[in-house]
Amino acid sequence: MTAAPTAPAAATGPDPAPDAVPAIELRDLTRSFPGPPEVQALKGVNVSVADGEYVAITGPSGSGKSTMLNILGLLDRPTVGEYRLGGVLTGTLTEDQRAAVRARQLGFVFQAFHLMSRRTVLENVLLPMLYSGTPRAQREPRAREALQRVGLDHRVDFLPGTLSGGERQRVAVARAVATRPRVLLADEPTGNLDQATSGEIMALFEELHADGLTLVVITHDEGVARRASRRIRLADGRVSPAA
Amino acid sequence: MRVPRSMRGRPGRRVGTGLLPGRRAGTGLLARLPLPRRTGRGASAPDLLVDPADRFRFTDLLGEATADIGSRPGRLVTTIIGTVLGIAALIATIGFAQTAAAQIARQFDTVAATQLVVTPATARTGGGQTVATAALPWDAVARMERLAGVESAALLAEVSLPTATITAVPVNDPSQAPVAAPPVYAASAELLDALGGRLSTGRFFDAGHDERADRVAVLGARAATRLGVERVDQQPSIFVDGIAYTVVGVVDGLDARAELLDAVLLPTGTARADLGLGAPGDVQARIAIGAGPQLRDQAARALAPDAPDTLEVRAPDGRSQLRQDVQADVNGVFVVLSVVVLLAGGVGIANVTMLSVVERVGEIGLRRAVGATGRQIAGQFVAESMVIGLLGGLIGASLGVFAVVAIALARDWTPVVSPWVTVGGALLGALLGLVAGGLPARRAAQIEPVDALRGGT
Repeated sequence: MTAAPTAPAAATGPDPAPDAVPAIELRDLTRSFPGPPEVQALKGVNVSVADGEYVAITGPSGSGKSTMLNILGLLDRPTVGEYRLGGVLTGTLTEDQRAAVRARQLGFVFQAFHLMSRRTVLENVLLPMLYSGTPRAQREPRAREALQRVGLDHRVDFLPGTLSGGERQRVAVARAVATRPRVLLADEPTGNLDQATSGEIMALFEELHADGLTLVVITHDEGVARRASRRIRLADGRVSPAA
Repeated sequence: MRVPRSMRGRPGRRVGTGLLPGRRAGTGLLARLPLPRRTGRGASAPDLLVDPADRFRFTDLLGEATADIGSRPGRLVTTIIGTVLGIAALIATIGFAQTAAAQIARQFDTVAATQLVVTPATARTGGGQTVATAALPWDAVARMERLAGVESAALLAEVSLPTATITAVPVNDPSQAPVAAPPVYAASAELLDALGGRLSTGRFFDAGHDERADRVAVLGARAATRLGVERVDQQPSIFVDGIAYTVVGVVDGLDARAELLDAVLLPTGTARADLGLGAPGDVQARIAIGAGPQLRDQAARALAPDAPDTLEVRAPDGRSQLRQDVQADVNGVFVVLSVVVLLAGGVGIANVTMLSVVERVGEIGLRRAVGATGRQIAGQFVAESMVIGLLGGLIGASLGVFAVVAIALARDWTPVVSPWVTVGGALLGALLGLVAGGLPARRAAQIEPVDALRGGT
């Protein structure tokens, strides 16, 4: 915790390059939901995440965490402000281009796993590669590699329903990293897991981080947030100095 | 899973090389974004970075659409039942019409559609009698056979013998009740061929018998029974007005002019010599199918070039016209009925697909999050309902064919169903699914990914 830099604007990853373009850059970002009464979920947020950084976004419920993740994941558009992903302004992209960016640059891990119950573990991991344009010959090797990476290579032909919660979340992580995204976005990844399996998932995240993946984890669990290299605290739609 | 740092790139430097053909998608891909200045190309711009073979193609769409199709058999059955019934009813209706048309047309084809008859025109005299106004030439057979489309022609004339007795024994038995004599016809040797007849025993007389006016006769099967002639190997005779004729054969089946089975047939030359036959009565010809309309004109001109109007030619109409008439009669109401059932089937598919969209909101959200476009989501639901419709169409078409076969078997008919009708039935099912899936697919594409993910899986 003490090693984590606290200034949001200073992009100091493990390997900061002087001219590095931050992986994620939010500038004066506001998202309001039309009322009445109009609700401002995010108010003038400035956040920058460098390539290879491991960031936890924390805050009480209603603080704008989920809105933030939706915007970071290009699932929602900001009302005002700029969002640059890898230096490219996302506001001008069409819906189809945003879908293509999601497919190739972003990986998602959800609280509720979102696995397809009638597909095997391997098929679930293969799913995003349908849309990401991964060369066909590489798809299955990559999926198996990703499953091996999360320690589930002995479960490839199982259905998600037969797996434990921790195993399901590891399948979801494998699915998210199989397309080799630039940024992994995790929304309360341990929310449905007990203490022990949470620890497994967090250890997995740390390994991925050590491999150079950029991670943004949204959580209200302080224990989870503490393991990130930097914490961003949201309160009432604003970034507050980390505790 | 270890991603080498060198491959993760610096986007600021890479963008210039992003479109070079030598670079494969997938290596430097994760470090590149579609640049705003390329957005002028519209939605296809990001795809420029991906090898066309690796894009989301139609085969992928079909794969996704069919992957889960059998996972809920009960629902699948209820979804397709309307389509199955509609297509089956439609195929059965059309197939039944085709079978019936083929059945009727077959009878017409072999008899009426290939038979042409030329008779002299008749007029009524002042006394109320009907007399012929012209006579056919004796060489009518040779003239007819020169015409294209005539396969065989023969002369046939009824010989009027009002008082003659015809018996198989030369004894006049006064105690026996007088019986009506069988009719006597004079015919040329080609008659059997022209009428498509079959002999039960013996042979037909030939042109030699005709020229020499030999006293030979061929009996119709029923006339032979009446006269007690059953075998011809012992050369039985019959007596017509006391003159003995050797029976050379018995005819037991004719495709046309079945009344000849009751008659005694003599060669034309014999009838002219012995019974005073004045002129041939009519010309009977077997023609190629479809030649009727042309031969109607040609036959009259060939037989009476100076006055073709004095001859009456009865020739069949073209075959297609006949089939169309028969088919149009049978279809009508049932087609309308099947279409109504089919529409109900389409509404069924639309309903279940709509339900499925609502149920699978989580899946839609997931697919959108991992990069599916709205169009790809819509395409998937359309493809799913199309596959369901095709399945219903296939099952319905098979059921329809079985129904036609069953009906045909029950009536001892030959089942006839055009293969294009069954293929069309299956495709119609697919089309129905395509149309029915349209609205739910639109709905699915319009669901916001954020809302969809909140729905859970």
